[in-house]
Amino acid sequence: MKSRKRYTGLLYLTPWLIGTLVFTIYPFVSSLFYSFTDYDLISKPKFIGIANYVEMFTSDPDFLNSLKVTIEYTILTVPIQLTFALFLAFILNFKLKGINFFRTAYYVPSILGGNVAVAILWKFLFTKEGLVNQMITSLGGKQVGWLSSPSNAMFVLVILGVWQFGSSMVIFLSALQQIPLDLYEAAQVDGAKKWTIFFKITIPLITPTIFFNLVMQLVNKLQEFNGPFLITNGGPTKSTYFTSLIIYDNAFKNFRMGYASAMSWILFTIIAILALVIFKTSDRWVYYSDGGNN
Amino acid sequence: MDAETINNKVRRNHLINATWRYILLIVTAIIMIYPIIWLLGASFKTNAEIFGSIGFLPKHFDWSSYVKGWKTGTEYTFATYFLNSFKIVIPKVIFTVVSCSLTAYAFTRFEFPGKNFFFGIVIATLFLPAVVTRIPLYLMWRDFHLLDTYVPLILPTLFAQESFFVFMLVQFMRGIPREYDEAAIIDGCNSFQILIKILLPMMKPALITVVLFQFIWSMNDFLQPLIYLSSVSKFPVAIALKMATDASSGFVPWNQTIAMSLIALIPSLVLFFSASRSFVDGMSAGGIKG
Repeated sequence: MKSRKRYTGLLYLTPWLIGTLVFTIYPFVSSLFYSFTDYDLISKPKFIGIANYVEMFTSDPDFLNSLKVTIEYTILTVPIQLTFALFLAFILNFKLKGINFFRTAYYVPSILGGNVAVAILWKFLFTKEGLVNQMITSLGGKQVGWLSSPSNAMFVLVILGVWQFGSSMVIFLSALQQIPLDLYEAAQVDGAKKWTIFFKITIPLITPTIFFNLVMQLVNKLQEFNGPFLITNGGPTKSTYFTSLIIYDNAFKNFRMGYASAMSWILFTIIAILALVIFKTSDRWVYYSDGGNN
Repeated sequence: MDAETINNKVRRNHLINATWRYILLIVTAIIMIYPIIWLLGASFKTNAEIFGSIGFLPKHFDWSSYVKGWKTGTEYTFATYFLNSFKIVIPKVIFTVVSCSLTAYAFTRFEFPGKNFFFGIVIATLFLPAVVTRIPLYLMWRDFHLLDTYVPLILPTLFAQESFFVFMLVQFMRGIPREYDEAAIIDGCNSFQILIKILLPMMKPALITVVLFQFIWSMNDFLQPLIYLSSVSKFPVAIALKMATDASSGFVPWNQTIAMSLIALIPSLVLFFSASRSFVDGMSAGGIKG
């Protein structure tokens, strides 16, 4: 019985096992291999050692710039987005009549946040005579060139990135709903102020969720592609030429597969180091109610 | 102070509190919804009027942006692009539900060698950036001669390759007491019948959440079709929308683009509203913890 059950478990796992080997582990390993080659899709991959890595750091200022602007974008977007998502989850967790109506109303824009249609509409809102500038001029201000100055273009993308708060908000909300009510009641009986309750009870109890969202969003935002591709096209003057864009251009426009693979390994390394640092420091700030047994 | 005045004070505080909360909720909702309403109005305006008025009601309703936008500047209409999107999205959703349920079942209800290691891989791939596997996958599909087909977009979902969903279903399935399985075994169910007859019906909210997320994410997917598809006749809505803004003359008919963008949001919205109750339940019961 026991050994038969062993087989049964593995049987149910078979699709995942095959898929992980073919669609994850094989490409993961082979992209490292390609990163040491020169490969133009026509002739065979040629092994060139670390030449790709040398090139991107010594003679390709666009790549270094892309790392700089991608990190800048991530550092700006992730904290604002998570704070905003937590704020929305917090007010949606109010025990009020009709709260479900508000939940639905908030989900709608958030759930559509990643849509290409939204990115296109976003571009329109920030064009020279779009809604945002119309509002500014009707209040007596001057038209702003949202997509023509580097810092403004970055700002437009950051705001779009923050707008994609949907999944973080939903995950925060489900965490807030799991906090036992008697903890709040006990704190109120002890005379704790609202802000004290929020920072001393709510925040510590949802640190595992903050941790999860933080890592998820860092991984997502460091790979951001749609926003810069659809709205700014990397410009102006490459100020939003993110790393995903330069990888895409090298792989699928210049057909330099080896070089693009090397770039994606650098991006991967950055993401992995960041995630590792967060994981390593997590026992200092992430609170697990079951005594650290995660 | 006697008990009654204290009571009144508490009640009044509650009322003030609730009022502030409603105001906060309403103001935030307006900020989030207004752009969408404005765009809805703008889709009925002429191109000239869009850039001239901040109000959302058009002077007169002009349907032509929808008619012309639907026809597109290509040889296909949006009907083709929508059909293409569904040809990709519907198999993806079905395959994801099936394969991720099987995988979650293996991880929650069985013991086998290497289980912890394999689950470690699920967690690691949850955070694995797609950028690092993209190029070899492209080369692999090219060697299979499957570029410019829907296979590269769909097939991986048959193998439970989206760890987010596996993880979510594992969390949810762990919450179902094993007593149900044991009772079913006594009734003579085999392990597959337990999954189909007992566990999956109980997981309906979680499964609906998977359907909803996978549907919306696949409709939104832009980069993968961009890489794998090259024939216009096979493009999904996301790529068709991008093409509409690439007007070669440099003049973008914004009213048509807005109209089509809004239409593109409809399938996701319809699904969301028809599933929203289960979705809200599924997210909270699934309890994704870090």
